[in-house]
Parts: sequence; structure tokens; C-alpha cells
Amino acid sequence: MKLTKLTALAATTALCAPMAMAADMANEMTIVSWGGAYQESQLKAYVEPYLEMHPDLKVIWDESSAEATAKMRAMTEAGNVTWDLVDAVASDAMRMCDEGLIAEIDHDEVLAAAPDGTSASDDFGDLLVSDCFVPQIVYSTTFGYRMDLVGDTPPSTICDVFDTAKYPGKRALQKRPIDNMEWALYCDGVAKDEIYDVLGTDEGVERALAKLDTIKDQVVWWTAGAETPQLLADGEVVMGSTFNGRLFSAIAEQNQPIDMLWDMQSFDLDGWVVPADLPEDRKARVMDFLKFATDTQRLADQAKFISYGPARASSAPLVGKHAILGIDMAPHMPTDPANSGNVHVYDYEWWADNRDDLDAKFQAWLAK
Amino acid sequence: MALTPVENQTPGFVALVTAAAGAFFGLFVGTAQGSGLLGIVIGAVLVGGLGFALAGMRDQERMLRWVLTAAFAVAGFVLGGLPAAIIGLLFGAFVGWFIFWLSTSRYRMHLAPYLTPGQVLWHYAFRVICGAVFVFLITPILVVMPLSFNAQDFFTFTPEMLRFDPEGYSLKHYRDFFTNDDWQQAMWNSIKIAPMATLLSVGFGTLAAIGLSQPHVPFRRAIMAILISPMIVPLIISAAGMYFFYSRIGLQGTYIGVVLAHAALGIPFVIITVTATLVGFDRSLTRAAANMGAGPVTTFFRVQMPLILPGVISGGLFAFITSFDEVVVVLFVGSAGQKTLPWQMFTGLREQISPTILAVATILVVVSIGLLTVVEMLRRRSERLRGMSPS
Repeated sequence: MKLTKLTALAATTALCAPMAMAADMANEMTIVSWGGAYQESQLKAYVEPYLEMHPDLKVIWDESSAEATAKMRAMTEAGNVTWDLVDAVASDAMRMCDEGLIAEIDHDEVLAAAPDGTSASDDFGDLLVSDCFVPQIVYSTTFGYRMDLVGDTPPSTICDVFDTAKYPGKRALQKRPIDNMEWALYCDGVAKDEIYDVLGTDEGVERALAKLDTIKDQVVWWTAGAETPQLLADGEVVMGSTFNGRLFSAIAEQNQPIDMLWDMQSFDLDGWVVPADLPEDRKARVMDFLKFATDTQRLADQAKFISYGPARASSAPLVGKHAILGIDMAPHMPTDPANSGNVHVYDYEWWADNRDDLDAKFQAWLAK
Repeated sequence: MALTPVENQTPGFVALVTAAAGAFFGLFVGTAQGSGLLGIVIGAVLVGGLGFALAGMRDQERMLRWVLTAAFAVAGFVLGGLPAAIIGLLFGAFVGWFIFWLSTSRYRMHLAPYLTPGQVLWHYAFRVICGAVFVFLITPILVVMPLSFNAQDFFTFTPEMLRFDPEGYSLKHYRDFFTNDDWQQAMWNSIKIAPMATLLSVGFGTLAAIGLSQPHVPFRRAIMAILISPMIVPLIISAAGMYFFYSRIGLQGTYIGVVLAHAALGIPFVIITVTATLVGFDRSLTRAAANMGAGPVTTFFRVQMPLILPGVISGGLFAFITSFDEVVVVLFVGSAGQKTLPWQMFTGLREQISPTILAVATILVVVSIGLLTVVEMLRRRSERLRGMSPS
């Protein structure tokens, strides 16, 4: 009797050796993301394929990435972290990492290597901006304009945004100093590599705000990425900044009379972070998913659904056509050479040090 | 017939009043076109001029009113197509009626003869103000409804919609609501949470109201104030407090936690409506029942409950709507597994301005109207039963 039991146990163990890992993993996973087309691309590119491999798993979505830092703080304080995997922009990830809210990740150990054997840390390269952060996509904040409202010569440089004589009408800008201050200085004649040196001085801040003053009464300030496409579709604004994927969706999927202005687009990163101190079974599940979701093929697949550039160097050659529209996605990527002729590389470190100060000055200027 | 002797008014008076009305409408049209001041001036001159010119031609009233209606409709059509023509038609009909209503003093006819001009002015100003309040309250809700049939994915009246072209309309946002997993999950969560919360609110609220209406209960007012406090304390404070408290005791992010939180929000409504009904309840009925040998429980269910039922039900409906419409507390106390409709609408509105939200809003408005109609009918029934209303 005892022997049979043992044999059975041994047989099960042998047969199910690959399954043994799975048994230790939680069967429910709460993923936090941004909602909208972006979340849809994650669902199609890696969550649905992963669910096919693990039919027992239940995935719950929470569209709370916009307030990820605040909610992570509250959850940690209350000792009740209900999230398993959080999608966050790089600057939020750096902040949460500094505060110890999210776990450090050994990129080479946790993440898959590229198909040619390049280690994950080399494949992601410079985009690994924080020890707690696994980048998924490169996106950019850039301008779109209404083709029918700009006359015969459409805007071609970022400085056309500041030229209300040539392009009269309202502009939509994000309600924060980041990007806007840099663009203002650039169009005020500051060389690109000196922008942060100038912005570091009080006179530089004054200079940027003075440049923004010239269009202040023509600006509609936005806070959510969906607002600018809506304003452009309404014809409420002539041009406006937003995330390039939102503009792609308005142009290619909704057929709005909008075109992109890629000049001085501002690159940023978005990726996964894992809450600190997850229980073992949940952590095992998240790490298993993370390895799958950020491998070379999955990141390339995501670009079939949304026009954000994959964060892995090895994914770029695999980017194909849009899954529904069948158009080539490469020309719509912010990283495409035709679009990235003149880009603004946003300095995380500088902003981490100066954010609070400039936020206060910017808000004071807004209220004036 | 008319009590008040009427005489015709001078063109100057008619021009003055019609100019004021024109300025009022001009303000809206002008603001929409970018210059409120210009709108006021044009509206006042146009309508006031018409009033001055037509005030004397009382014998051709019928013909002139038709002419005005047609003229405004044509002008509207030339300026902005079919929708503008309809607005012009209505506006022309109104202006025609208004001019002759003033010039023939019909406005004075149904008022008491001793009213001073100031009182007459106030009589109508009051009605205009009330009307304006209604318009400002209702219009935002009405605008949502046609937009929810938009064929595009934006909150925009497209040119096709304004031409009443069927191409511009679509039920796709309703289809999205009924087929999209996120929305369906949210709807089922709302449907699971709201009735349970209502049941708890009604049970506890009714018992509390009955207890607190007994004269011998000590500290009645203090207890009442505490029970009603969720209605008075800012919601965000209740929500933050519940979040930390529920996290400690393991209720945060659970179905029961959300139900309890919503029940706490609903109880004040039940207490208030049931207490109000109990004011009209005759206590000698319970004594009579006891006199005939019924125990307290039998008395409650056979005598008291049927009489206060309308108050209980309308309190329950308020509790239901509170839970069904609530977004702040559920954002704190719930986790993504308890995502309710308002939560889904909130995130949807922030992250992607999709007209599916408008479709859901339209459905919810219709449901709310249905519920409020029920409340109103119950209220009338209760008044009839208590003999307060002559009907």
C-alpha cells in the first residue's frame, strides 16, 4: 500500500516535473495598466498568449497606472498590496524604487536572453534606467496638427507651435513643465545640448516661461492622453502635443484629418515594475509572466497593435504590419530613422532633482 | 373671460422687452460663436427692431407670425443647414408669438387687475429664472444622449450627425458596452453589489429609524447624528478612513468590504425617509395590536410595516442609486476585482474618451428616471393612504 503510494508519487513527480513550478504559482494576477489602446495591445500581444499556455490563471486588470505611485504608497502603508504587476513610466518607477515600494530586479536572471544569445541587460542596453524597472516600449510626446486648419504650408518644426502669427489658433500642451520648458528654450534659440544647463538657472526658467507667455492665451492645457486627439477631432485646437500612439490611433484607425509633427519629439520609457515583498506564490507567477511578456518576440508583437517602439534592440527587426489595418508599422514608430532626425532626449536625472522646484514655478506661472 | 381690462401696448414698450429677450438669446449664440458681447448687441437690435416694427400691425397677426417663422427657418437653413433651420423655425415662431403677446397685452390677461407693473414683471421674471434653472440642469444630460449614437470614437457632433445623415449615427457604442468584457464585468459587479448594499441599508436603516422614533430612547439626537454622518462627512474622508480600517481587518478589496461600505453610505437615506414616514404613523395602532394579543414582531410586520412601506422603499431606492452611482469609495475600498460601472466610466473617461461611456450614461439615465418615477408614485400612494392629499 505504502509502496504503491510512493510509486505513484514518484511517477507523478517525474511526469509533472515541468508542472512542478506551476503548482507553486498563484492562479490570480492583478495587472495595472493605462487602459485604452495601450492596454489592449498588451492583452493581445502577451496576456492572451500567456493565458492560452496557463488556462487556470485569472488576470484582473486595474487601469490605475496614472496614480500608480500614490496608490502603491497607500497600499504599502496599509500593508495590503493587491497589485502583482504594475505598468509605469520610467520616472514613476525611479521614484517608487527610491522609496522602496517596488522590488529590485536582476535583469539577466529574470528576463529572457535575445534569440542570438545576447544577455537581457545588453539587449535593453541604456533603457534599463532603474534597477526596479523592466522597459517595454519607447514612446514619444510629440505634436499632431489639423491638416485642414494650418493652410498650405503645414508646420515642419517644433517652433511653429510658438508661431501664432503663422499658425493662428489654439494649441494643446500638457499641464506640466517637462517637455514644454525644453521646447520653449529650444525655440528661444538655446542649443539642444545646453538646454538643461540653461534651465538649471533662475534666468533660464524665466526665459522659458517668457517664451511660453507668448502663446499662453492660446493654450489649452491637457492632463490625460486622450484629450488632445479629442480636441483635434473637434477642431478646438490647431495643434497639440500628446503620446505618439494616440495620434497614430486618431490618424490611422479613426481617419481623422490629422498629421504628425515628429520634430523634437520627446522620448520616454514605459515598463513593468513589481511591488516589493509579494508573497512567494504571487511573486513566482509574476516573474514567470514577466519573462514571457518581455521576450524579443512578444515585444515585437506588441508593435502590431500600437505604434510604440519595442524596448529590446533585438525586437526592432521583427516589427511587422498592423494586426487589423495591415499597414507597415515601422514608419509609425518614434524610433524610425525618418521620424527621429531631431529628437529631444529627456533627462531623467535632471528632472528627478529639479521636478518639485519647477513644478511649483510652473504652477505659479499658470495661475498668473 | 379675462378679468383685467386690456389695452394695446406702445411699440416702444414692445421693442424694449423683445430687445431684452433678444439679448438673452444672443448671449448664448454669441458665446458659442466666440463673442458674447457681439451676440447680445445683434440679438437685441434684431429682435427689438422686429418688435418695434411689428407691434402696431395687430390686425395681421396670424399672417405676420407665419412670415416670421418661415423667414427665420430659411435664414437658419442658409446659415447652417437642416439643424439650424429647425432652430430658426422654433425661434421665429417664438419671436412672432412673443411680439404680439406683448403688444396686445395678452400677458396681463390672466393676472389679477390690481398688480403693479413691477409685480407683473416679477411674475414673469420668476418663471424665466425657473426655466433657466431647468435648462442648465437638464441640457448637459440631454446632450449626452444623441452623442452616444455617434458613429465616431469622439465626443463630437460630426457634420454627418448635424445633417441627420443616418451614416453619422450608429449603435456601435451600445454594442461595445454589451460585448466588451470590461464593461460587462463592471456591470455585473454593480448589479451584485448594489442590491446587497441596499438590503443591508434598508434593514439597518429601518430598524434604526423605528428605534430612534421611540420617545424613551436615550441620546436619540446624538445617535441620529452619528448614523447620518456618512451623508455629511466629505466622501473622500470616509473613503480614505474606510480604506485604512478595512485593510487592517482584511476587508479591503473584497466583495463584502464594498457592500458594507456602500451600506454605510445608504443607511442615512433610509433613516431619513423612514423617520419622515413615521411622523405620520399613529402609535395607537401598535397599542391596539398589542391589546389584541399580537407580539411586537407580528405587530411590526402586520401593522407598522405595511403603513411605512412607501418610506422604506423610497429610502431603499435612494440607497440603491447611491451604491450604483458611487465612485469614490469603491476606488478606495474595492480592488480591480470589484470594479463597478462608475469606476469603469471614471477610468474610461480619463484614459480614453470613448463614447461607450455616453452609451452607458444614457442607459443609466433611463434606469434612474424609471427608479425615480417609482419613488414618486410611491410617495403619492403614501400620501393618499394617510389622507393628506385630496386626490
